[in-house]
This record gives sequence, C-alpha cells and structure tokens, in this order.
Amino acid sequence: MAFVDRLGEILSEGGQGGIILTSIDALADWSRGKSLWAMPMGTACCAMELIAASFAKFDFDRHGSFPRPDPRHTDVMVVAGTITRKMAPAVKRLYEQMPEPKWVIAMGNCAVSGGIFFYDSYSVIRGVDEFLPVDVYIAGCPPRPESLQDAVLRLRELISTESIAPGVKHERTLSLPRSGDVSFGVRPGSAEEGDAE
Amino acid sequence: MNITELRDHLCEQHPDLCPLFSIEFGDGVLSVSCDKLYEAASGLRDLGFDRLGMATAVDRGETFEVVYRLTSRSMSVGIFLKCHVPRDAPKTNSLFPLWPAALWQEREIFDMFGIDFEGHPDMRRILLPDDWVGHPLRRDYTDDRMIRRPDYI
Amino acid sequence: MTLEVESRKETLAEDGLPVEELVVNVGPSHPSTHGVCRVIVHLDGEIVTRAEPVIGYLHRGIEKMCENRTYLQVVPLTDRLDYVGSMYANWAYCRAVERLAGIRVPERAEYLRVIVCEMQRIASHMMSLGSAAADTGAATMFIYAFDERETIVELFEDLCGARLTYNYVRPGGVSFDIPEGWTDRLLEFCRTHRVALREMDKLWFGNVIARGRMKGIGVLAADDAVAWGASGPVARGSGVNWDLRKHDPYSVYPRFDFDIPTGSAGDVYDRARVRLYECYESCRIIEQAVAQMPGGPIKAEGLQRLIAPRPGDAYDHIESARGSLGVYIVSEGGPRPHRVKFRSPAFCNLALLPLIAEGHMLSDLVVCLGSLDPVFGEVDR
Ligand code: SF4
Repeated sequence: MAFVDRLGEILSEGGQGGIILTSIDALADWSRGKSLWAMPMGTACCAMELIAASFAKFDFDRHGSFPRPDPRHTDVMVVAGTITRKMAPAVKRLYEQMPEPKWVIAMGNCAVSGGIFFYDSYSVIRGVDEFLPVDVYIAGCPPRPESLQDAVLRLRELISTESIAPGVKHERTLSLPRSGDVSFGVRPGSAEEGDAE
Repeated sequence: MNITELRDHLCEQHPDLCPLFSIEFGDGVLSVSCDKLYEAASGLRDLGFDRLGMATAVDRGETFEVVYRLTSRSMSVGIFLKCHVPRDAPKTNSLFPLWPAALWQEREIFDMFGIDFEGHPDMRRILLPDDWVGHPLRRDYTDDRMIRRPDYI
Repeated sequence: MTLEVESRKETLAEDGLPVEELVVNVGPSHPSTHGVCRVIVHLDGEIVTRAEPVIGYLHRGIEKMCENRTYLQVVPLTDRLDYVGSMYANWAYCRAVERLAGIRVPERAEYLRVIVCEMQRIASHMMSLGSAAADTGAATMFIYAFDERETIVELFEDLCGARLTYNYVRPGGVSFDIPEGWTDRLLEFCRTHRVALREMDKLWFGNVIARGRMKGIGVLAADDAVAWGASGPVARGSGVNWDLRKHDPYSVYPRFDFDIPTGSAGDVYDRARVRLYECYESCRIIEQAVAQMPGGPIKAEGLQRLIAPRPGDAYDHIESARGSLGVYIVSEGGPRPHRVKFRSPAFCNLALLPLIAEGHMLSDLVVCLGSLDPVFGEVDR
C-alpha cells in the first residue's frame, strides 16, 4: 500500500489528530468539497430536474459540480429517480466502480423512500438506502433544481468534517486559512482556537 | 366513417362476423371465440384495418379477456377485437403474422398475465427480469415485498 | 451511408480475414440512451448486425397501482408516465374517464387543455431535439433548446405550481384557471420561440456535420411504420400522414387551422425536421386558442368526488408529442377502476429500433435511438 494511502493512519497514531493531520484534512476537505463531480444516475422524472439544474438557468457548474456520466471520474452519485428491482444491480455496480472517497445524494421521494410508488408497486425499491449508503436526502416529487444545489452545499458541509485518517471525524467544520489568519486550521476539540471561517 | 356505417360495411363484407358486433361507449366491439380470433383479425385487416393500436388483456376471474384495438387510416375508425381465454389454460393465437406491432405488445401480455401466444416468434418476458415468478397484473398476484395500500375510502 | 453487411463480410472473407461477431452491451445507464435502456448490439467490425433493446428498467407497476386507487387518485400517477410531457397522459386518462362516466367538460376547460398540451408539445420536442442534437455532437443546440423549454416550464409553474408533474388536467376540467397576465407572456413566448426555432434550424440542420450524421440514417419505410404501429413524428417522418388531431379529431381541434408536417425519406433527419415544424404549428394553435377562448367555468358542475362509473370499458386517445397515446379503462362498477391500460406510443416506436439500426455504424445507433424519442417512464410504465 502506498505511503499516501496510509498517511492518515500514520499521522493519527498516538491520539486524535494532530496539527499536521488537521491541516492536511483541511486541505483535502476543501479540495474535495469544491469539486464534487457528479455521476448523474438519472432514471426517471427527477432526471429532468437534474438536467435542468446543470443548464443555463440554474448553472450547477458554479458549485464545481460537473456531471460526468462515467463512474470512474466522479465523487458523488446523484440518484435521481425511481430504482426498480431490475435496475438496482446496475446502480450498485456503478457505485462500486466509483473511486473512494464517494458520496451519494438521494434526489426525490422515489430515491428517498419509494415515494408515490411505496404502496402497491411490486417492482420498486423503497429508497436507495436499501443498498447504498446515502449521505444527503432531498425530498420532493420532483425536487426543484435549487434543492439539488442546497444538497451539494450540505454535502460540502458534511465533507468538511471528514478526515483522511480512518475513523476520525472532526466535530467542527475545517477550513483553510485565509490571508491574515494566524492559526492554520482548527484542531478538533481545542477551545482556545478561533473559528477560521 | 362513423360507427353505424362501419357496422353496415362489416355486415356486408363479412356476414358471419355481423352478429358478433356490438357498440359500447361509442366504440365498435367484435367479440369472437379465441380459435376464431386469427380468422376474424385477418378479415378485419382485409377490410382496411391496417394498424394494430393496442393489445392488452383484462383479468375477468374465470377467464382472461384479450383485447386488441385496430384502427383504419382509410376509414378513420377504430374497433375492438376481444376474446376470452380460460384462466387455467391461457393460450391463443398470435397476431404477429398480421401486424408486426404485436411483437412487443403480446410479449407484454405474456409478461403481465401469462397468456401464451402461439405463433409468436419470441415469447419471453419483456418488462420484468427473466427470473421473476408470477404474472403481476393478475388480480390475485401478491409477493412478499408488495405493500397493499390501506383503504382510506 | 448504409454499409451492406453481407457484401462487407464477403470482401473480408475474400481477403482471408475471419469474420467474428462481437456483442456489445450498451446501457442500462448510458448517457445517450435517453434514460434507462439497454441495447444488446451484435457487431461485425463496427457495423450493427442486430440491435436488441432490453427494456423494463423503469417498470414501476403503475397499471397495477391504478387498480387500488380511486379514479381521481390515478391522475397523479399518469404524470409520472411520460415525464417529458406530463399533460398528455393526464388528458388522455381524463378523456377516458369522462367517456366512461359521461362527464361533459366546459368549453373553457377544453381550450385550456389544448393550450397546455400544445405548450407541452413544444417543451417535449425541445427536449427531444436537444438531446438528439447532443447525440450528433451539437451540445450548443441542447442548451439553446433547453432554454426554450425552461420558459414553458416557468409558465406551467405559474399556472399550476409544479415544474414537472403538473396534475393539471382532471376529470371534468382543469385544476386552475389562468393567472393574470399569463396569456400575454404566453403570446410573447410564441413570438420569441419562432425566432429561436429559426436560429436552431440554422444552427443544427444547417450544420454540415449534423446533416451528415442524420441524412440517410435509420431509414424507416412507410409500410413498416404502419405495420409496426408507429405513430407521431416517427410515422410522419416516413410520410405517413396520420395525426389524431386532424384525422380523428377530438376536443376543440377542428376549430383551429394548422398543418401536419410530414417527411418523405423516413430517416433521422426527416423525423427531426417534423418535430421542428410541429413546434411552429403548435405556436399557431396556441395563438388561435388564446384568441378564441371563451369565458365560463373550468370544471364540470355537480361532479362528485368519488366517481363510480357503470360497468363497461372505454378507450380514448390523444396525439401526444410521441404519437397516439391511448388509455383503456375497464370498470366493474365501484369507485376504483378494474384495469387501466396505457397504450404508450414510445413503447411501440421503440420496437422499431432493431429495424432501423441494422446495417449502420455503432455510433449511429444512439442517433437512431434518439430519433425515436423514447421516454422510459412511458415505455416501461
Ligand atoms: S420522486 Fe417523483 S418526480 Fe422523482 S422520480 Fe419519483 S415519481 Fe418521478
């Protein structure tokens, strides 16, 4: 295993984090959060709003989120639409092809819980969380494109607490220093440090 | 052409089909027995019904009712062709040789009701996965993942 | 541009090269299958010898769900069928219910239905043309076309509050009357849309690459179109002059003056042109409908919340953006339908894919598929 892959593990040895780990985390989270390339897993009606979100009026790209229909280039899978029992294996396989770290946004009631197809349907999966770890849920049938943008911002918040060390989670949002900031990053749990944001 | 003209035209050309013709909700309906289905259909095709618009089936308890809707471009009129197949031996003739449009539509009927069409070149499931058990549009279909909606009204 | 598969095989065999068949799986998640369609393609080199669509990845069992809903509760489900053109399924279903239950619709509601459906036709064709253009490599066209669609979606939002699943046409009428100033914005849209259409015409149909990608590709003979039950722009592109609005007129369509554009060659190019010209015609219909629209109620009077028609079955169909969309309802009395069947045009049109894709290059397969304009909510139901 490459050194880089074990970096988090090495740095976190002997306690929770450390100033180097926190700084690296801040950089990693910043870069990950600002360029969330999306795998548009649009299957049904919600896919229309997914397309609308990335076009002129709503301009998804300004969040650094760019739809790439290739799982190997993407960080976040946006499941937009109904997933049926016939489709689920394909979705799962696409998810498995995405490189780590990866996140999932469940867009629309169908992806959240089965939505309108909850009752009486014999073929619909009631929510993608039956087989995928979902990070952000967006309700709506279909959700407006604005909610998708909100979901990306929420996801960015979530990412900013993550660490490259296994099992470590920062309690506060990490952010990179701006010019004029004295402290570099925020050590988790240290009260005297000012919030860099 | 309106529906009464169609009846007169049909009775003139095919006197044997005439007594089977009726009018329901403004639509012409031709109910035949299933072994006569193919014959009646080819008769209608020669009459000018050149499009097979819809093919479906309805669960009627003891029997399945197979319903075809044919339309004629030259006469601007539509007609239903219906026959009943028994539930325990659901089998009838395919209309694929007359209208290729039946290819997928009859496959769908097979998928949803389990009715077998003789003479169909490709009788497989179409919408559901191949390993699916049962035929969901039968009224008595259940599976353990289905949740019935509570009766609010 | 069609390459003869057999003759090519012979030349290869003459050179002593073995001819092996290659099977490629396209989909179910593929950017240019317009949804969740899987096509199993048999290739000889790069030539498609057989293309077999595998559908059902979006089969949600809507027809089964209808059996346990009241007549009114089915309307939202019809939205989810053809999600690029929700109004059509609403309307087709409502017409069938009205026929079954003998409901008379006020005239103003009929006009409103015509207006929204013609707007929906423009929106749907914009989506279809845009994504078909993206398949041929013209991504700019997609963005322009989607912009046009966005305007219509905003108008719909002002009308009924939803951007995509409108639930606007209900049995007995429509749900809301038009808000103030809405018709002016609609007419303004019709005016600017014509300009945009001309621009798109030049941008895409005038482009030599796009022409090369579309002309002579996916040729469908008129006889085949009729025999395979094709309808809508797919049939009309082959020169089959069959449009329910003209040839089996429903609602108030006989009062409008409009033409049915048809193609002649039956290739991808002609199908796309038919769609483009239909947008002009839709603008014409909208303008006439707005001018003629009478006042009055928008819902049938004395309508019960629980419709329970007498036993029987009714079929009704309308011309959707994809072809003749029919709804067949069987009632056995009682407040719930016994069986609802949606005859979806996209399903019948998609069955033609093996026919039109054979003998073309693999890269033309997506162009052929795009020209059939399938919407998988409707194909799979
Ligand atoms: S949540 Fe609603 S709009 Fe989205 S896919 Fe499901 S039914 Fe369609």
